Amino acid sequence: MMRTERNIGDKIFDTVVYTFIAIAVVVCVYPFIYIVSVSISSGAAVNRGDVWLYPVDLNFEAMKTVLGYKQLWISFANTVFYTVAGTFLNIVFTCLAAYPLSRKSFFLRKKLNFLLAFTMYFSGGLIPIYIVVTGLGLYNSRLAMLIPVLISAYNVMICRSAFESVSEELYENAALEGANDFIILYRIAIPVIKPTLAVLTLYYAVAHYNDFFNAMLYISDRNKEPLQSFLRRILLQASMEIMQTTSIDMAALNQSTLQVRYVCIVVAIIPVLIFVPFVHKYLVQGTMLGSVKG
Amino acid sequence: MVQITTYLPYFISTVVVCGMITNFLSPSGGIVNMALNKLGIESINFLSLPQWFRPIYVISGSWQTFGFNSIIYVAAIMGISPELYEAMRIDGANKRQIITNLVFPSIRPTVILILIMTLGRLMNVGFEKVYLLYNPAVYETADVIQTYVYRQGILSNNYSYSAAVGLFNSLINFAIVFVANRLSRKLTDTAVW
Repeated sequence: MMRTERNIGDKIFDTVVYTFIAIAVVVCVYPFIYIVSVSISSGAAVNRGDVWLYPVDLNFEAMKTVLGYKQLWISFANTVFYTVAGTFLNIVFTCLAAYPLSRKSFFLRKKLNFLLAFTMYFSGGLIPIYIVVTGLGLYNSRLAMLIPVLISAYNVMICRSAFESVSEELYENAALEGANDFIILYRIAIPVIKPTLAVLTLYYAVAHYNDFFNAMLYISDRNKEPLQSFLRRILLQASMEIMQTTSIDMAALNQSTLQVRYVCIVVAIIPVLIFVPFVHKYLVQGTMLGSVKG
Repeated sequence: MVQITTYLPYFISTVVVCGMITNFLSPSGGIVNMALNKLGIESINFLSLPQWFRPIYVISGSWQTFGFNSIIYVAAIMGISPELYEAMRIDGANKRQIITNLVFPSIRPTVILILIMTLGRLMNVGFEKVYLLYNPAVYETADVIQTYVYRQGILSNNYSYSAAVGLFNSLINFAIVFVANRLSRKLTDTAVW
């Protein structure tokens, strides 16, 4: 490897680039650090405005208050259910949709591909979807969170490209041995495209976990609401319900309502923060799939 | 590591991000106003002032997405063959010249592709975030077509009017993507279809 000369111009350039990167990282990380610090500081310190980076007067009272609140866990359980069940259904139906579209011998292939791409850019809009879903009787049912988002056209296209890369000979050999299409799909095609499926699982899971729009439209029963709806009430509508239902005297323990909100945020983010570093590799692969193959 | 920290905000849900924004910008306990006070400036009630809505929306949108989108660009840059770099070094180029004359032209197709796909979502500007951040004080700058449709349709039961608005929205969206694709094919030979 040729050792190149490092002149002043290069050094200045490097410094500029590294500064940019440092600023980017700080900007992304600081809000999280701040929120965690506020969550574990004492209420008095928060109210005085002393906390800006490090926790002041380490104190877990705020966390105890929030974690003892039952509705938080109900909505969290709901979200887990929606995410797991929803992602599973998504993957199943996406594969079922993408597989026929990838086989050249399918006679409706071109027309269906076109329709699929069409729906990506053009849809009826919010009101027709709402009317259809409520007309089907899904209002306030758990299925309303799962069915309207069952298939994402974009993900079907990614899955379809992956299936197309499986060599035709594998299919022919399997057909010779008497396998029907379902067996081919299940035993041959799916194991081959496992990385793609991992990426799609990630996309769908994140979409379900963060979904509050569907809940806002279709769910009004508190027992079925996902975590995001709960958070919205606490954070944005400044609901005092946590302080009112837990029988803790706020003034006596010197807690801050601001703190309670930040603890809720921490609770909501923790699963994501834990999960993401593990899937980093698949994520990078997946974005390449989505963009390069178009 | 840098990658992971910068794209983390993308996975945080809209509700949580808006919760963070609302609490950070609050005039009483919010950290932004606390910092401003230390510098001697009065507290500004950011979320009730129409002129602040768009900057807040745009900046927080960038914060959330820039890390994730950069993954695509990194992947594209990694696709440039090392021999080209060697050639430029031998010709005596410094880093800045390499970047402007080699990297940027090589990733141009990718950038344009992404631009077209983003344009396709131009008219569907994030309903959720606008909905979570706005309040009656800022309706004039904050309302986008989707939130307007939502208010008219579902909250006021004005179904037919808002369905028409929604359809119109989709049509324009489609037209924009179509034109962008045509232009891109004529000007740069890259296109989505």
